[in-house]
Amino acid sequence: MSVTVKIPTQLRTVTGGEAETVVDEVTTVGEVLDGLYDRYDGLRERIAEDGDLRRFVNVYVAGEDIRFLDGLDTPVEDGDEVTILPAVAGG
Amino acid sequence: MPVEALKCKECGERYPLEAKFVCEHCFGPLEVAYDLSGLDPDETRRRIQSGPSTIWRYSDFLPFDRRPRTALAAGVTPLVRADRLAERLGIREVWVKNDAANPTHSFKDRVVTVALAKVRELGYRVVACASTGNLANAVAAHAAAAGLESYVFIPADLEEQKVLATGVYGTRLVAVRGSYDDVNRLCTQLSGERDWAFVNVNLRPYYAEGSKTIAFEVAEQLGFELPDRVVAPVASGSLFTKIARGFEEWLQVGLLSGDLPTFNGAQAEGCAPVASAFEAGRDVCRPVRFPDTIAKSLAIGDPADGPYALDLARRTRGSVTAVDDDEIRAGIRLLAETTGIFTETAGGVTTAVLRKLAEAGEIDSDERVVLTITGEGLKTLDAVRGTFETHEIEPTVEAFESQAEASPVHASA
Repeated sequence: MSVTVKIPTQLRTVTGGEAETVVDEVTTVGEVLDGLYDRYDGLRERIAEDGDLRRFVNVYVAGEDIRFLDGLDTPVEDGDEVTILPAVAGG
Repeated sequence: MPVEALKCKECGERYPLEAKFVCEHCFGPLEVAYDLSGLDPDETRRRIQSGPSTIWRYSDFLPFDRRPRTALAAGVTPLVRADRLAERLGIREVWVKNDAANPTHSFKDRVVTVALAKVRELGYRVVACASTGNLANAVAAHAAAAGLESYVFIPADLEEQKVLATGVYGTRLVAVRGSYDDVNRLCTQLSGERDWAFVNVNLRPYYAEGSKTIAFEVAEQLGFELPDRVVAPVASGSLFTKIARGFEEWLQVGLLSGDLPTFNGAQAEGCAPVASAFEAGRDVCRPVRFPDTIAKSLAIGDPADGPYALDLARRTRGSVTAVDDDEIRAGIRLLAETTGIFTETAGGVTTAVLRKLAEAGEIDSDERVVLTITGEGLKTLDAVRGTFETHEIEPTVEAFESQAEASPVHASA
């Protein structure tokens, strides 16, 4: 079971320029992010704080904001696309 | 000019003045930082008073090294003393800041003027935005005037008047099947992949600065004095917080003295993430998934500046208050009947919140209140449809006297 993660430009300095990556063997958004933290040094402190996402970070599963789902416990299915985006645009 | 850098509102990290809106360290929003310590208040006031009749008279407080010139200007809109409205509400002094009197009839001309000046400076060829309508009008018009290509992204269910008043300028109009927040997410994604200036995404730190000019104008029009209270709409929270920032900067320089006014934010019940958080005592907003209100220009379910709007309302002993669609329609009518100003649904929200505060006894009888009217009634005509009667008669004096004269003005009172 694997999901594709879309990395925003603001985080590509820590992913070595990668805009997209695949994470295997995960069942929740939290596990997807843990997989990314293991892979990329410096990612965790940029988007997470005290075990939760920072308040200006949005995460979407198949286009749906995880705050309307189960947050970090939101289940992911094989082939899902997880998107991380800054929440400070618009208006 | 005092502009210095971009600075993260969360962690304070500084960045050069580029097309950047997110802190790479903590994902916080960036805003423009100034060093105002070198501004002498008397000299600054003279420079303002001898400046052009546009927002550029306040260039000392805008993010440019030199006063820019733009094809379509904005600002210096009327501040109207509204004695009949004040009397109806039992308040000493109400002033209406009528920002419908801008080139595309909303406050968005201010922010877009600033953004487009920055676009020119940074050398972009294509301008874009995610809009609930008023911004769409402004971006399309200002891009046309400047000879720039533009893409305007709107929710597909927007009011027809706002769609028509955007398309006419020759923009590429993209109607997205989804809410404003879907449009905003799409534009945030595109801004990472296209070398375009999205005025309210990658240029947002500069764009937002334009809203400070409402505060500068209000203070200048009051004779360099502060009002006691400001009532303004809250969508993303950017306008609301930047009006306060404008007053704070002038207090810091010494152009004004006294305390920051009380700030009351206005939202529609059908999309009130900030008002709900205020009511519940929370400092973060729970997003609204399916906004449902006639005030579409305020229908942002996930407000970027929500936490800062909450903080401002609390530290000035104000509030963020919501009103329902009937109160919004009544607010539009109240303003029209007492001031001759016809505002769109967002202005109905703001007027209705002022009324609600007055009726709840929140406003002291000796206060000077500023009501921020951000847009034009002709853009949301459906909101007033069916609220009055037209009397069709034969062209005779008898018909007029028997069927129309002295009949009720409104369909329902």
